[in-house]
Amino acid sequence: MGEFLLVTIQVDMHDRLALQLQEDLTERIAATRASGVLIDISSLEMVDSFIGRMLGNIAGMSKVLGADTVVTGMQPSVAITLVELGLSLRGVRTALNVERGMALLRKSHEDGRHGGPG
Amino acid sequence: MAAQAKPERLAIRASEDVVAVRQYVRKLALDLGLSLVDQTKVVTAASELARNTLIHGRGGSVTVDIVEGAGRRGVRAIFEDHGPGIPDIDRALQDGFTTAGGLGLGLGGAKRLSNGFTLESKPGQGTRITIVRWKA
Repeated sequence: MGEFLLVTIQVDMHDRLALQLQEDLTERIAATRASGVLIDISSLEMVDSFIGRMLGNIAGMSKVLGADTVVTGMQPSVAITLVELGLSLRGVRTALNVERGMALLRKSHEDGRHGGPG
Repeated sequence: MAAQAKPERLAIRASEDVVAVRQYVRKLALDLGLSLVDQTKVVTAASELARNTLIHGRGGSVTVDIVEGAGRRGVRAIFEDHGPGIPDIDRALQDGFTTAGGLGLGLGGAKRLSNGFTLESKPGQGTRITIVRWKA
């Protein structure tokens, strides 16, 4: 237990593909009993409301399944646009890059194991 | 506004077409020399509107070109459908208003991300939305 899932989104996803990823990932979290999910979006040149909603859904579903989610590598131009679009990605933890994202997941995993705040 | 290059008309009939719209708008924004942030804004606005055309308008098209006005140039995208139209435009522009189970950010968000935004809609006949992002 305590396995982390790493996902890198490298294509410009159409909506059905985004929904498919959401489903596949939820199944993988349950099947592997992962305690953390890291989604790297550094290759994404745009996050619109649909992809934003997908990220929020994944975070919500993994929480129900006992896993933390962290989204890493969002480009500054994407972040600026998301905020202006009106999407705050509340409930989605973010980190600058994969390394920091992994550190976040490891920390909350450790805290969880030792009964600390998680 | 005078058109600079031959406008390109793209069909919006499937979710893959929304991706094609994003990519074409990105290409024109790059050709025009928009900053990365402005490129991202106009591409994101186009993505929201293309999805609206697909879902609410039951499919349609977008015409994208580079236009000139008041001594500056910009990327323009005109989304058209012959769907049911928007009965209450003010309400549709409010954040959080949704009829499709989404986040309800599409129209208002696209307006915020654009410099110019016009919406014409006739119930039962369709909708036309025009956005422009000017080069700073």
